[in-house]
Amino acid sequence: MIGCAIHITNVSKAFGTVKALDGISLEVNRGEIYGLLGPDGAGKTTLFRILTTLLLPDSGSATVCGFDTVREYTDIRRAAGYMPGRFSLYPDLSVEENLEFFASLFGVKVSDNFDMVAPIYNQLAPFKTRKAGKLSGGMKQKLALCCALIHRPEILFLDEPTTGVDAVSRSEFWDILTHIRQSGMPIFVSTPYMDEASRCDRISLINSGRILETGTLDEILHRNSMPLLAVKGENNYHTLLALRKVEGVKTAFLSGEYIHVFTEEAFEPATLSAIEGVREVKVIAPDIEDVFIKIMGNGNS
Amino acid sequence: MATADVIAANRLTKRFGDFTAVDAITFNVARGEIFGFLGANGAGKSTAMRMLCGLSTPTSGSGTVAGYDIATQSELVKRHIGYMSQKFSLYGQLTVRQNIALFAGIYGLKSKEIKERCQALAESLDFTKEMDMPVAILPLGQQQKLSFSVATIHNPDIVFLDEPTGGVDPITRRQFWEMIYKKAEEGTTVFVTTHYMDEAEYCGRVSIMVDGRIQALGTPSELKQEYHARNMDEVFRRLARKAQRQ
Amino acid sequence: MRNSFTAFIHKEILHIIRDPRTMLIALLIPVVQMVLFGFAISMEVNDVEVLAAAPEITPAVEAKVSQIAHNPYITFKGYIATEDVDRAIAANEAMAVVVFSRDYGRSGEAQVVVDASNPVTAQTSAGYLTQILNGTRSASAPGITILYNPQLKSAYNFVPGIMGLIFMLICAMLTSVSIVREKETGTMEILLVSPIRPVMIVIAKMIPYLMLSCIDLALILFISKYALALPLSGSLAALVVTSLVYIILALALGLFVSTIVDTQMAALLVSGMVFIIPVIMLSGMMFPIENMPLPLQWISNIVPARWYIPAMRKIMVEGLGFGYIYPELIVLSLMAIALIAVSVKRFKIRLQ
Repeated sequence: MIGCAIHITNVSKAFGTVKALDGISLEVNRGEIYGLLGPDGAGKTTLFRILTTLLLPDSGSATVCGFDTVREYTDIRRAAGYMPGRFSLYPDLSVEENLEFFASLFGVKVSDNFDMVAPIYNQLAPFKTRKAGKLSGGMKQKLALCCALIHRPEILFLDEPTTGVDAVSRSEFWDILTHIRQSGMPIFVSTPYMDEASRCDRISLINSGRILETGTLDEILHRNSMPLLAVKGENNYHTLLALRKVEGVKTAFLSGEYIHVFTEEAFEPATLSAIEGVREVKVIAPDIEDVFIKIMGNGNS
Repeated sequence: MATADVIAANRLTKRFGDFTAVDAITFNVARGEIFGFLGANGAGKSTAMRMLCGLSTPTSGSGTVAGYDIATQSELVKRHIGYMSQKFSLYGQLTVRQNIALFAGIYGLKSKEIKERCQALAESLDFTKEMDMPVAILPLGQQQKLSFSVATIHNPDIVFLDEPTGGVDPITRRQFWEMIYKKAEEGTTVFVTTHYMDEAEYCGRVSIMVDGRIQALGTPSELKQEYHARNMDEVFRRLARKAQRQ
Repeated sequence: MRNSFTAFIHKEILHIIRDPRTMLIALLIPVVQMVLFGFAISMEVNDVEVLAAAPEITPAVEAKVSQIAHNPYITFKGYIATEDVDRAIAANEAMAVVVFSRDYGRSGEAQVVVDASNPVTAQTSAGYLTQILNGTRSASAPGITILYNPQLKSAYNFVPGIMGLIFMLICAMLTSVSIVREKETGTMEILLVSPIRPVMIVIAKMIPYLMLSCIDLALILFISKYALALPLSGSLAALVVTSLVYIILALALGLFVSTIVDTQMAALLVSGMVFIIPVIMLSGMMFPIENMPLPLQWISNIVPARWYIPAMRKIMVEGLGFGYIYPELIVLSLMAIALIAVSVKRFKIRLQ
């Protein structure tokens, strides 16, 4: 199956009575950044660990670069670059020593594959003798990425690489991923932050061990388009309580500076402007978080 | 209206050796306000917050929290604040009820009050059978809501939230912010540190720290307008990129 | 994969030398323990203060008292009246009083009264005095000849015990903590998701601690010979071989612990409670095994140090060689092989 970097068929995994993954199927193509979006506890890390051969699925099967994750796990361990969710470098080794160690773990020399990491590593170069434990969050993350790339993997697994990192470093990190993608290397990345969906070629929304939606961001937004009003009040808490009493309002919830309101089909937005304390009412397109909530809500009911 | 300010920081400074972690920051937070305290890693947020909680003495400058001086009356400050962080967790082995009773007891509530609060919390969190379940087996989102309730069980003047909603699902997150709004409505000041900018959009006012100084302060709309940005993320990136510190 | 194995060992060595606590445990503790047990904490009884009481100081009494006074471990403090004996002991004027009967030397007897508030000191003091008193008695009393450690120096007894303890500490405790640390910090995930074979991870982890233990062995032998003046008259080959087997056994124990616990704290507790304490309590280091209740004696059989320490005593103190320690060596070797087999089998190639 050429062009298919990851192929997951109906994978399930339970820990005791907790179903971590419940019939997951998805495909990742060569040369794409594929984002797995979902909250903590949705099953993202479990799926990553199954794909990186660290866990065995209870049922279903998966291949990575054509290798079966159970039978051909040694081939996957050679082919994959993996950055686990937690900070996973040696804090007492320097930047340089960490990179050298991870290179030699795969039997390569840093100098042989330096081109793989040069653009990222050059940012770290001024600190190469610094201990990894003393780096800032953003730098640790870049070093961890270098360590995952140094053996020239055929596919990259990044489990929540941007968790706990500030907005500037996050944005830089995504720029780097976009750059790596140009080499054709598929990148499978997970994140709990919905706003990172726009940086992925395709995404899957995951919650409670199930895939809710799959596609490009635009496809998903388009498929789930619905009338949505954004309301801003003098005091959003008062306005929120007032909105929930209005006939025709299905749900109202806070979303940043605004309150997002889903209404019945024939609802007249002007009705809301008349409520005391409401300053602004506008029609907006739902963002990925709104969609997630809508689909999650459907799943619950 | 200086007396209405729950937090007043005046040229608050903290130096470690030659390194100035927090450099003469001045700001006020009013009663019932939701104040976002943003900054990149290492910008000085945590140091500043530690001073405001009375855990660390300022090198120079002064500040009051809930009307008490943070340098000389830190014990009183601690009694009038609440604190919650994503990392700070409740005791997983204890049940919800035991956790509530424990923290209420720490804050000196009487056993009759504790019983009442338990009842009230069970209702507001919509917990029924959960009350006697160990906290560890609750979903993460519920743990965080409980954690917030426990941090405010003694009705503090101000509650400090350190990256409160990282990683929770969007529905829980919005419910969580609704709880925060409700608490603020009841008069508790909410002080939130985060580096997730979508969280900043929920705040009444936000400050952005860069290299130990407050570089911007205003409502999210004001800041977006001032920096011609679509969202807080852009505002933040524009400011934080100028950082010199590594 | 020639390169990755040495790189791994190099990395481990860096961890060890950069962690002051590990270095402290590995190098300072052996020295401190040797010095403490060798000099400061001593089961030897020196300067036993002795009084004599006799109704009349006959030449026979005088001769005996002068023998007592000349004993290097005894300080003779003078004569008291026979009725003052109880009072003198109560007032801590002496550790022991030798009471001579009226016709001592012809048909009379001598009695030793000892303050036994510390039984060990009392027993030893009484021993010294009985030996001297018996010296002049007829051949009917058995003569005691103390072999191997004529002065009953406690260092002779403790050095093997310390060795049993130190190797357990360094190998079992430090290895288990170091492996579990990788689990705790998440680096184990990356190691597993790499082509290096899990067995290699384990061996590479053990080698630096094996080297460290060898350094400690040399250090202990050096201190034993030059500072504590142990004879070390036995077979050096037997000593080194037995110690290596014990060290490898301890490493395997550390590995075994790392396969059952997930946090460094747990590793520390398990190693401490399950390994270190038995070395002290059940190995014969402190308390003679023969004096233990039977069930404890059975349990002591599975404590590796219970085999290692006696073997070391035989070699270091009694000056014996392989011919006398092979039972211990065989037991230790079997234990080591079994543990390594179990641990390597238990060491997971996945997370679960």
